[in-house]
Amino acid sequence: MSRPLRHLILWLLPLFLLGCSGEASYQWNAHDITGVMPDLQFHLTDDHGEEVTGDDYRGKITMMYFGYASCQHVCPVVLGKMATAVRGLGDDADKVQILFVSVDPKRDTTEVLHNYVKHFTPELVGLTGTQDQLHEVTKRYRVGYSYEEPNDNGFYVVNHSSAVFVFGPQGKTRLLIDSQETTDEITADLEHLIEQSTD
Amino acid sequence: MTLTTILEQTVAFLLPYDFSPTVLLACVGSALLYHRGRRRVGGGPGQAVMFWIGLLGMYVVLQTQFDYYAQHSFFMHRVQHLVLHHLAPFLIAVSAPAAVLGAGLPEGIHRYLVEPLRRNPVLHRLYWAVQQPLVAGAIFVGLIYLWLIPSVHFYAMLNVPLYNTMNWGMAIDGLLFWWMVFNLRAPGTSDARHYGYRLVVLFLVMFPQVVIGAYIALAEHDLFGIYAVCGRVLPLAPMTDQALGGLVTWIPAAMMSIAGALVLLVRWNRQNRQGDPLPSTLGYAR
Repeated sequence: MSRPLRHLILWLLPLFLLGCSGEASYQWNAHDITGVMPDLQFHLTDDHGEEVTGDDYRGKITMMYFGYASCQHVCPVVLGKMATAVRGLGDDADKVQILFVSVDPKRDTTEVLHNYVKHFTPELVGLTGTQDQLHEVTKRYRVGYSYEEPNDNGFYVVNHSSAVFVFGPQGKTRLLIDSQETTDEITADLEHLIEQSTD
Repeated sequence: MTLTTILEQTVAFLLPYDFSPTVLLACVGSALLYHRGRRRVGGGPGQAVMFWIGLLGMYVVLQTQFDYYAQHSFFMHRVQHLVLHHLAPFLIAVSAPAAVLGAGLPEGIHRYLVEPLRRNPVLHRLYWAVQQPLVAGAIFVGLIYLWLIPSVHFYAMLNVPLYNTMNWGMAIDGLLFWWMVFNLRAPGTSDARHYGYRLVVLFLVMFPQVVIGAYIALAEHDLFGIYAVCGRVLPLAPMTDQALGGLVTWIPAAMMSIAGALVLLVRWNRQNRQGDPLPSTLGYAR
């Protein structure tokens, strides 16, 4: 190989590498947690009473959120935000699904859960399980939940996480959305994830 | 509440949240060695009590439901690190367990594993380097700062291997630091470093801890969003949780320096009165 040619290659190589990194330079609005947490997996019951596992939700981008149906302020806002963000995808909305895991199985029976989730968006699935099953999935995603003392009407508050975990179509963890992201930002991140997964 | 429910709850609390065979092996291994060593060489009851409390403290904060709360409350996380990095290693190191643990080692392990490791020049140099008081002090403070960088803290709380690295790192570094402080005649070190130098280092590590602790305790916004993200399980308001965590980083942590200095001063005084001059009470020359 002649000397000038070698020089040319040496000079072009960094440019080429720069080109590669340019493609990945999309700035996620959410936290990038690729490879940080384990793949989507759980054993729960859906809002039709069917026993399901994480494998049943492969093939689509999956957003998972932990909450409870009697939650008055936080959960409806977050679920509403996710539903709007997914609607913002237009025709691609069916490439995304939302899993709402209720950590309050005592109040959130299959029926309660089903009536609750159907108000938001068709892409939303309600899930819950026994305390053991819920401990398993919350421990896997390092989220906590606890029950406060009931008031005179028997109503009790459930402390739960505010995170939305986003998984790729193969169930790999990709993003963590916290309460800072706006609906448009979530839509943009989802669009980018869909683009990546159709490559 | 009946006695059985109390018992059940206690047992439930004492069971590991996230069982780690490595932590169990390390704790049970050290306990067996120490027990065996004591039966051979004896020693004062005070030292044994400090060793056992230190070892038990490390086990409890790592391998009970305590760890669950430490993952979901900044305050509990800081208490966990206070025990791992300050209290427990302080007690273990001040009890000077090296001779007892050595006596507890089965002959074979001692001859074929520990001795070659001790004679290994690379390990020897490395150990010597990290046991330099200023280096040990810098690592001690550096680790506290490193894991409290909000973005680092964020991933440490989400990623299990990183979380375990953080806790193991705190425990090991705590042992190394307090070992340096109290173990005046470190095996394999030719220079018996004098008390004054260690007192200065104890004094120096106090300030950065006060600064970061006060900064967190007095911060007016949530610095560690990860706890909201992962769900808080204690009935503490977010800012109270953070302020308490800051106070734990600030006051008891810095007070451990004072406690360490007191121990050193008492020992120094005793040594002077016994007329047993160290090979180098005032410097490095032997």
